[in-house]
Amino acid sequence: MFDYDKYLRLNKLPLIWCAGCGDGIVLKAMLRAIDRVGLSKDEICMVSGIGCSSRLTGYVDFNTLHTTHGRAIAFATGVKMVKPKMTVIVVTGDGDATAIGGNHYIHAARRNIDITVILFNNNIYGMTGGQVSPTTPTGYRASTAPYGSVENTFNISGLAEAAGASFVARGTVYDAIKLDRMIEKAIRKKGFSVVEVMTPCPTAFGRRNRLGAGVAMIKQLKEDSISVEKAAKMNPEELNSKIVTGILVDKDLPEYTENYQKLIDQLKSG
Amino acid sequence: METETERRIRVMTGNEACVEGAIAAGLQFYAGYPITPSSEIAEVLSYALPKVGGKFIQMEDEIGSMGAVIGASLAGAKAMTATSGPGFSLKQENLGYASMAEIPCVIVNVMRGGPSTGLPTLPSQGDMMQARWGTHGDHPVIVLVPNSVREVFDLTVRAFNLAEKYRVPVVLLLDEIIGHVNEKLVLPTPDEIEVWNRIKPDVPPEQYLPYQENDSDIPPFVSFGEGYRFHVTGLVHDQTGFPTNNSVQIDRLLRRLNRKIERYRDEIIELIEEKEEGAKIGVVAYGSTSRSARRAIIWAREKGIKIHFIRPKVIWPFPDIEVRAMGKAVDYIIVPELNFGQIAHEVEWAVRCECEVVKINRIDGEPINPQQIFDVIMELTSL
Repeated sequence: MFDYDKYLRLNKLPLIWCAGCGDGIVLKAMLRAIDRVGLSKDEICMVSGIGCSSRLTGYVDFNTLHTTHGRAIAFATGVKMVKPKMTVIVVTGDGDATAIGGNHYIHAARRNIDITVILFNNNIYGMTGGQVSPTTPTGYRASTAPYGSVENTFNISGLAEAAGASFVARGTVYDAIKLDRMIEKAIRKKGFSVVEVMTPCPTAFGRRNRLGAGVAMIKQLKEDSISVEKAAKMNPEELNSKIVTGILVDKDLPEYTENYQKLIDQLKSG
Repeated sequence: METETERRIRVMTGNEACVEGAIAAGLQFYAGYPITPSSEIAEVLSYALPKVGGKFIQMEDEIGSMGAVIGASLAGAKAMTATSGPGFSLKQENLGYASMAEIPCVIVNVMRGGPSTGLPTLPSQGDMMQARWGTHGDHPVIVLVPNSVREVFDLTVRAFNLAEKYRVPVVLLLDEIIGHVNEKLVLPTPDEIEVWNRIKPDVPPEQYLPYQENDSDIPPFVSFGEGYRFHVTGLVHDQTGFPTNNSVQIDRLLRRLNRKIERYRDEIIELIEEKEEGAKIGVVAYGSTSRSARRAIIWAREKGIKIHFIRPKVIWPFPDIEVRAMGKAVDYIIVPELNFGQIAHEVEWAVRCECEVVKINRIDGEPINPQQIFDVIMELTSL
C-alpha cells in the first residue's frame, strides 16, 4: 500500500472537492509519480492558479504557491529561473491555463522552460458554479451557456505541441495507473512538459448535461478514450468525439534555464 | 588610464541610474515587457544583469512579468519590474498579491500622460493615486518619487531596502522627464551604499510561521527550497499561511498588514524641508515638478519673499504630520503637479483647513515651468 500520508498536510484534510470529482485521483497519481522520481519534499515547488484543481497546493507538503487566476506558470517561471535545481510543478485547470492564462501557457512552451504542468481538464469552471470554459464541448450546457455552447473548443495538448513543448501527454482519471507513469515521465523530462488529465465534474458539468454521477462520468471517459497508437490508424471523423490518450510528444530540445546559464557562464569567462 | 574616481563620474539618464541603483542594491532578477518611456531599464538590464550572474526575462505580457517577479522573490532573489501607465494598470492584481502575501519586490513606473495609452512620450504625474490605491482592497505599499538622476540611483537602492525590510512591494515613480533627462552624477562606491536584506527566521522549519504575529509586525521570511516548506496564497490566511474565513483571524491579518507600514512611517518617510521663519507661503512639490518649484522659490527669495518648502521623496505613506505643521504656519500652500491635483487633495486633507491650498496643474504633456509657479507666488504675496 502506497504511503500517501508522507506527502500530505493531513491537518488540512478533508479536501474541498465534491463527491465524484476526479481531482483526488490525479492528486494520488501525482504523489506516486513524485515518489518514483525519488524527489525530496524540499526540492519540489508546486504552483497553482485559481479554481478547484488549484486548491491542491494547500494539501501537499512541498513548497507551495497558490497564485492569482491564470498566472501560475508566470510565477513558476520566476521560481524556476532563480532556483533551476528545484522541480517546479504547476497544477492548473482548463479555464485557468487556457483562457485567462493562455498567454503564459503558450509562451512557457515556446521557451521550453523546465516546468511540468498538470492540467486538470473538467470542461467547465467548477469553483465559480459551472460557467462555460474553452474546453466545454460545443452544444453542452453551462451556467453561461444555457442553450448549449456555441463556441469551438481548444485542443489543449495540441496547443502545447505547436508552441514547442518537449513533452505532451493526455490521460484520464479512469486510467490512473497509466496517468502516474505519464506524470513521472513529464517530471523527468528536461523542458516544458504537459500532462492533460480528463477529469469529471459531476456537480457543475455532469448534472447540467445529464451525464450521471462521478462513476458514470468516469465510465464514459473509458468508453471515449482511445490510445494514440490506435488513433493513428483512424480517420478524423472516427476520432470526432474520442479522447486520444498516451504520450503525444516526447522530444529532446534545448531547455531555457540551461541556455540562460550558459550565457552567464560565457559572459563570466569573458 | 582613468582612475576609479573618474570611472564613477558619469553622465546618464534616470532610467540608466535606476539600473545602476538596482544592481548596487543586489538585483538578481528582472522580468518586464516593452513599454515607453521605461524600456531603457529593460534594455540595459538585459545586457548588464547576466554579466553579474543575474537573470533577465522579457515576459509575454505585463501581468506575467509581475507574476515572475513575485515567484523569483519567493525563490530568494531581489526582484524588479519596470513599466509605464498601461502596464502599471495591468500589474495591479499581482501587485496586490505581493502586498497580501508579503513578497518583497520593486515596481518602477515611469509615468506618461494618461488615461489609457495617453501620451507615451510625454511626462505626467497622473499615477500618484494609482500607486497608492491601484489594486483592490486596503493594502500596504510604499511609493518613492525621485527628482534627479542621482536621486533615482539612491531611491532605487532604498526601494529594495524598504521592500526587503518590511516585506512589501515598493513602487518607484519616475516621470518621463526624470526617466530620460541626462545628468552628471558621481556613483557611490559599494561601501558607501547601505544594503538591507530580508530578515531570516531563527527557528527550525517545524516551528516556522511564514506569517507570524510578532512584536515587529514583520514576519521573518525564508526562501523556497531552503528546507522550510510553507504555503503562500493570495487568500486571507492565518499565521501558518493557509486560508481562513475566521473573522478574528481575518481582522488580525489585515490590521497587521496595514499597521506594519503605519507604525514605521517615521523610519520610511523621507523629505527635504526648507523652513523660513515668518513664511506665509508654502510649496509642496515632488518629482520633476519640484525642480521648477525650486527655481521659482530661488527667484522669490531673491525678492525677499519667504517660502516654506517641502519636497517628499517618499510620497506614500504621505508626510501628513510635516505638511500639517507647515499648514499651521503659512496662509497658502502651493501644490504644482502634472495632474489635476492628486497630491493637492492629500495636502488639503492633511492641513484640515488650517490654510488655503493653491493648485497649479498641467495635463497637456508639457512640464510646469518655474515662471508659472513664480507668478502664483507673486500673486499670493500681493493679496
